[in-house]
Amino acid sequence: MKRFSPLLVPLAALAIWEAVSRLTHVSHELLPPPEKVAARLWDGFANGGMAGDLAASLLREFAGFVIGAASGVALGLLLGLSRAASRLIGPLFLGYRQVALFAWVPLLSMWFGGGEQGKIAFIALAAMAPAAVNTWRGTSALPHSYIELSRVLMFRPLDYVRFVALPGALPAILTGLRSSLIAAWLATVGAELFLDVAPGLGGRMNEGRETFQMDLVLASVVLLGLLGLTFSRLAVAAEKTLLKRRAT
Amino acid sequence: MPALQIAGVDRTFHVAGKLVPALRDISLSLRDGEFVAIVGASGCGKSTLLRLILGLDRPDKGEVRIDGQPVRGPGLDRGIVFQEHRLLPWLTAETNVAAALRRSDLPAAQRRQRVAEYLDLVGLTAFAKAWPAQLSGGMAQRVAIARALVNRPRFLLLDEPLGALDALTRLRLQAELARIVRHGGTTALLVTHDVDEAVFLADRLVVMQPHPGRISDVLTVDPAARRDRSSSAFLRVRDKVLGMLGVETEAVRVGNYETAA
Repeated sequence: MKRFSPLLVPLAALAIWEAVSRLTHVSHELLPPPEKVAARLWDGFANGGMAGDLAASLLREFAGFVIGAASGVALGLLLGLSRAASRLIGPLFLGYRQVALFAWVPLLSMWFGGGEQGKIAFIALAAMAPAAVNTWRGTSALPHSYIELSRVLMFRPLDYVRFVALPGALPAILTGLRSSLIAAWLATVGAELFLDVAPGLGGRMNEGRETFQMDLVLASVVLLGLLGLTFSRLAVAAEKTLLKRRAT
Repeated sequence: MPALQIAGVDRTFHVAGKLVPALRDISLSLRDGEFVAIVGASGCGKSTLLRLILGLDRPDKGEVRIDGQPVRGPGLDRGIVFQEHRLLPWLTAETNVAAALRRSDLPAAQRRQRVAEYLDLVGLTAFAKAWPAQLSGGMAQRVAIARALVNRPRFLLLDEPLGALDALTRLRLQAELARIVRHGGTTALLVTHDVDEAVFLADRLVVMQPHPGRISDVLTVDPAARRDRSSSAFLRVRDKVLGMLGVETEAVRVGNYETAA
């Protein structure tokens, strides 16, 4: 019973959705029933080029995630390891975090254009912050005794990063990367919806809205959710594997 | 010239807006190959003194000198074992020891050999690939000893290295430590509050008093006295030191040891 309990609420939601679309007068154009959405999803993969859209979105997300997460971890290391950097850049970074992500869309689209570059820049920006914050937190929380040990062993700064800071902050960094992955996925859809139309799930949703095909919009939403969930699961599994040996 | 010389060292800390003198006018010299133990109650500045010798901290007055040259910072000529093992939990026993050779100029093949040699010296060859979390407290501390020695430092500093271990393991490791240090001919400075341990291991005992940390007595231990923990010679030295630390013992008598200022 316990194994299935995470499924209870989604199944109930599905039942309510089904009930509302069948028993009320809400038009099926506005709220298509679940089976229609499922059929659309199936059809989309079978003949509608949904797989291509999915691949385009994933590729975009992956590019943005890699750029954003790498620079986020680097920024976090800098902030966590250099007192001067955290004094000088820290406040600016914290201020930046108060600005809603979408506020950068106009600026980024001017700088990088609304095409592929602008989209990837936006995704990278979204992925950067969680990676940076968690890496910063993880490295600055390392016990002082490790710093002392590194001084006694005459470690150079890079030795400290390699032997102490990175592995020591690894749990926090992985938490950050997981958040970054989710942020990047959210930003992918955002970029596809708000920047120039291009192949991708967001583009498909725009098409669905403009041609009044709510089943297409909802099919895309379902797909986005499923993928987000998959990412989250995969990231948790990767974290467990990477950190396993320490706990024993 | 003494190998290690602490000359008129003062160290004062600012704690919550107050000046707290941690060390006052500390002078002490170590000869090459000597094993010296500093005993004292907590708060007598023993660990502060070790930090000054390591070069992790600077004295306010006076100097720490090695071969007459003032210490300016840490160096591979000084190895330390802390009270907690301080092994990096994400490295195996072997790689923890190897990490200490990061700045050594040995070629890679010799480094591996050196690591193996020191793991063998502390009797942990079978546990080379173990993670620190898989080792007992005593085993982890042995790895820390191997790490401190793997560079073949001229000075081995021991900051209450056995203080966190259970009594049986402590006795066993004391004997090991005596063997290991004498084996390498390293000059050793042990800080401890365990008087038995100090008498058992050291050629010379330095008694420190707290508030502010200062040296009150220095005494030489007759090698014959430390050979047997239950001999009367051993107990006399121990009781005398305990008396200096303000612990009443049954009889504090002068035996076959000499007192130096």
